[in-house]
Amino acid sequence: MKIHEYQAKELFRKYNVPVPEGNVAFSVNEAKEAALKLSGFPVVVKAQIHAGGRGKGGGVKLASSIEEVETIGSKILGMTLVTHQTGPKGRLVKKLLVEAGQNIKKELYLSLLVDRATASVVIMASMDGGMDIEEVAQKTPERIIKVYVDPLLGIQACHLRQVGFGLELPVAAMKPFSQLLSNLYKFFIANDCSLVEINPLILTSDDKVLALDAKVDFDSNALYRHKDLLELRDLDEEDLQEVEASEYNLNYINLDGNVGNIVNGAGLAMATMDIIKNAGATPANFMDVGGGASSEQVENAFRIILADPKVKAILINIFGGILRCDIFAKGVVDAARKTNINIPVVVRMEGTNVDEGKKILSDAGLNLISAVDLSDAARKIAEAVN
Amino acid sequence: MSIFINKGTKVLVQGITGNEGSFHARACIEYGTNIVAGVTPGKGGQKMDAVPVFNTVQEAVEETGANASLIFVPPPFGADAIMEAADSGVQLIVTITEGIPILDMVKVKNYLATKKCRLIGPNCPGIITPDECKIGIMPGNIHKKGNIGVVSRSGTLTYEVVDQLTKLEMGQSTCIGIGGDPVNGTNFIDVLDAFQNDDETSGIVMVGEIGGSAEEEAAVYIKENLNKPVVGFIAGLTAPPGRRMGHAGAIISGSSGTGAAKIAAFKDNGIHVCENLGQIGRICKEVF
Repeated sequence: MKIHEYQAKELFRKYNVPVPEGNVAFSVNEAKEAALKLSGFPVVVKAQIHAGGRGKGGGVKLASSIEEVETIGSKILGMTLVTHQTGPKGRLVKKLLVEAGQNIKKELYLSLLVDRATASVVIMASMDGGMDIEEVAQKTPERIIKVYVDPLLGIQACHLRQVGFGLELPVAAMKPFSQLLSNLYKFFIANDCSLVEINPLILTSDDKVLALDAKVDFDSNALYRHKDLLELRDLDEEDLQEVEASEYNLNYINLDGNVGNIVNGAGLAMATMDIIKNAGATPANFMDVGGGASSEQVENAFRIILADPKVKAILINIFGGILRCDIFAKGVVDAARKTNINIPVVVRMEGTNVDEGKKILSDAGLNLISAVDLSDAARKIAEAVN
Repeated sequence: MSIFINKGTKVLVQGITGNEGSFHARACIEYGTNIVAGVTPGKGGQKMDAVPVFNTVQEAVEETGANASLIFVPPPFGADAIMEAADSGVQLIVTITEGIPILDMVKVKNYLATKKCRLIGPNCPGIITPDECKIGIMPGNIHKKGNIGVVSRSGTLTYEVVDQLTKLEMGQSTCIGIGGDPVNGTNFIDVLDAFQNDDETSGIVMVGEIGGSAEEEAAVYIKENLNKPVVGFIAGLTAPPGRRMGHAGAIISGSSGTGAAKIAAFKDNGIHVCENLGQIGRICKEVF
């Protein structure tokens, strides 16, 4: 689960990770009030959306007077911000963060994440802060410091020194930096983060270190033990259909194509999207109804996909294991009776109780196109939309 | 031969009295798996059908000689259940549970490094040696005894592959789902190595998906260490970056974990690539 920069910084404050003075604003007036609460000008006005690249997209501006806060605030608030992470549709900006400007001596990069290969928490740091870190990693990998922390031992002083000296920090900044990193690690572990990224982390002209930006992603599987964090979820940043699907425990992701698809199991669902593409069509979604879906869940899956105006045809691909084909077929029939399906539906079913499933579908007298195997299904769905 | 499990494997089920646990324990017994015990804290002394239930794994192992555990407990208790199994001395731990927090798994994985046991999963369908032993949730009837080893990060996608193999008369030595989580116990390389050393396995099907770099590492390992033919498939070539595709581990982060990079690694290292799932049976027939 992602959160906004301003929320991440509020959490940082609680863990004594230094951040600039700043306030969130939901209107231009609030932005002005927020600016006046700070210790002076210039201030920075930052669009709050769940995506990076905001500066390049015009969502971060410096204001040197209250008048400028007003003009800049009214320009950014309500704008559709397009960045390399938002996709072409962009995101509507509904919140601003107004922060005190800083005297920046150096921009650094610092992040913590779970490293899959070593099953540890890795600290990544670089002197090339403020840049796209992927690009740094690709072009100058020697400029990235990686320190792996054994999760059973936790962060040690040697880890802090390795990163601090690696960043060539001045002696005066070494202690505050060590405290910042140590506190950031505590924050990461205590809140089940999957990623914490500060880009840039700045060294100020008086040798202080501050998190100028803050990106935090929590492990969704661990949210059950962090009820307080759930309050930070911002539904404005999520796709409405995806939110609805998640309420029914369906794994659904809305995509750009026109072939809706319903599949059981995440791997098979991905492979089904690929098959659709291979056949010359494009998937409108990813939909995994799960290994053990009920017929009610199948019905909801159907309804959500039919509500998507892009969808011109639906491919159902089920390999019955725990989810028996007869249960699935019953869900399809129920959904079809309750909704008016006026687009082609291709069904490919295999596995447990497949004959019963096929019988239920054919007895229902629905106008379904049945496919004998995956290749046949791909061909038929492509014909239906092209 | 087969890998990791066979007729002699004695299995205990952690979480046997729950809905899923009892349903799948019965299906395993029906398949012929020797399920000797169940464990549910607080329900020791009861029975699930004819299977005795114990309060602790330790007790179950001592009383029945179980050497493998199958775990169905809910995600908040997953890590604890795995560590309990590891402490009891069982050699194989198969964890079906989906949704264990990643930091829990990070701890478990480091804890297990000091133990002599193998963890398969979590978030996986389990492992099956056809006609001998099934420790997992896969439909047993689609499998057929034979010489192809199957290893995969997915559940139903594996069933699809196995079904195509069986229909074309290519039986399997052992099929393993290593799970869709970012941090798991057994990885591709562990399984590939075991298949290489298994006399009954003559060819291998490896099913990967987007996210992480396990497939790339496995591809290099195959070139350097295997002389058996490998057919590879990657799911998620059309997946958008930055989105988690159902499995916790199936996510393209920036430029890492893309399907294209995995396919390229397969091709560079002599793996026969299947680019269309519908054709995997046919391609295997050609290669094997």
